[in-house]
Amino acid sequence: MKFIKSAFILLFLVIACSNLKAQVKHSSKSIKSHLTLSIANGKVVYTQNCASCHQVDGHGVQNMNPPLIQTSYVLGDKTKLIKIILNGFNEDVEINGNTYSNTMASHDFLKDKEIADVLTYIRHSFGNKASAVSVAMVKSVRAAKK
Amino acid sequence: MKKNRLLPYILPLMAIPALVISIALKNPTPADGAGLTLPSGFNANIVADNLGSTRHIAITKQGDIYVKLNRAKNGKGILYLHQTGDKATVVNGFGNYAGTGMYIKDGYLYASSNEDVYRYKLNDKGEVINPNQPERIVVGLLNRREHESKSVVLDNNGNIYVNVGAYSNSCQEKDRQKGSMGRKGCPILDSAGGIWEFKADKPDQHYGDGIHYVKGLRNVVGLDWNQQDNQLFVMQHGRDQLHDLFPDLYTTQQSAIEPAECLYALKEGDNAGWPYIYYDQEKHEKILAPEYGGDGKKTAGEGTIDPAVAFPGHLAPDGLLFYTGNQFPERYKNGAFIAFHGSWNRAPEPQAGYFVVFQPFKDGKPDGKWEVFADGFAGTQAQKESGNAVHRPCGLAQGPDGSLYVTDDNKGTIYKISYKK
Repeated sequence: MKFIKSAFILLFLVIACSNLKAQVKHSSKSIKSHLTLSIANGKVVYTQNCASCHQVDGHGVQNMNPPLIQTSYVLGDKTKLIKIILNGFNEDVEINGNTYSNTMASHDFLKDKEIADVLTYIRHSFGNKASAVSVAMVKSVRAAKK
Repeated sequence: MKKNRLLPYILPLMAIPALVISIALKNPTPADGAGLTLPSGFNANIVADNLGSTRHIAITKQGDIYVKLNRAKNGKGILYLHQTGDKATVVNGFGNYAGTGMYIKDGYLYASSNEDVYRYKLNDKGEVINPNQPERIVVGLLNRREHESKSVVLDNNGNIYVNVGAYSNSCQEKDRQKGSMGRKGCPILDSAGGIWEFKADKPDQHYGDGIHYVKGLRNVVGLDWNQQDNQLFVMQHGRDQLHDLFPDLYTTQQSAIEPAECLYALKEGDNAGWPYIYYDQEKHEKILAPEYGGDGKKTAGEGTIDPAVAFPGHLAPDGLLFYTGNQFPERYKNGAFIAFHGSWNRAPEPQAGYFVVFQPFKDGKPDGKWEVFADGFAGTQAQKESGNAVHRPCGLAQGPDGSLYVTDDNKGTIYKISYKK
């Protein structure tokens, strides 16, 4: 009985949330809710494409995959950061006295919006706080590369 | 009446304490010294701590310790520690290079950087005579950053075996690129992804001076010479990212447990099959890699060797040691200890490993199922499952009294595990 009750509550929450999501889409002029949506979408992209190396909580892997927490690679120049996604990364990275050497493959198969969302997500997660990355910016960096 | 109706409910409840007690008795007991969980009668002590990235380790006849650092600390890549009781203190450091390999044989200390192999003569006290002038015995092995460590072990005929890991996950056209297919006739295999044999006493040997002993091993860190079989055994790190690279063929759950981390017994000329196949430890079959046309089911690998033991995926075996001491109970003699560094390639599934395993052997062959011998390096369950392990087992060595030493390359801790009747 308790199970059925909690299932109903869950169902209600899901419906309420999807309504909320729809509303967010409608009022996307509001910067704050646009950001929230971008972060939420970015999390999905992150889980599918990034978490296996950088880990769910962004701490990376000792000697191999660099952390995404409080580093200038993530918090600094957005153009550089977009280029890492588009071109991959194939050189030793030194962060806080540790080096990381695994090859990161190019992720240029991600759409401009997916890249903008995932970078906005990592710049707002794991204790990071930095400005969002826009789709327009990803588009121009990708165009310049060609 | 009432009593009888309750009885069926109460009885199972009464069984719980008995069950808890029996589980507690069967399970290994936590050792007091170092926070590890070990079988009954064993105890672990931390003999040294905060040493840096301590990789492989070798113990002298006097019970003193040489340990290789993955990253030189203050210009020292090898530390020498003197042991008194259950504590060891750093006497000095030398060798200004990073690396993993560390082994003692016939009066010499052998050490590897990520490109070269060196040796240092020891005096009769087990001290390095000339720390600043080692003999460089092997030079110019490939280091392309991925799988760069070069572990070493010697046989009883003056030969040294060196692994050269493949600088690739699965020899894709583009390394670790989603959907990228395998390079035809994988060109990496001519100079990496295998074991090379060199003379232990000849200076400046290049690839061409050695024997390409075994091919098709993706990456080996833990290796040891089995004295009963007079044979080289290695632990291969299996490939990563089946799901990431081929999401239509593998689920994240499959990708977390496959493929196997394999223990191989090697002979000269063997081929273990990387990158064309991997070993599925559940089906006990060699499966064609998706980069080379596999679909997760097709078998392949004719002419390639089978593993002696297959462990679950991604646990990262970094240390292998055949126990030849007399201190541990008889069943451990000539069996294999394996230090599993712990996984990263299981996310979003929980990470695993970070323990030392024992695989029983009988007459030089694996005999029975492997068991977790020492656990608790990672810290809490949450630290383990998120991959934020506090300590990560790497190197193994046996002391002259039969104690087992385990290094941790995260915090630089050296554990000494002993047995008392």
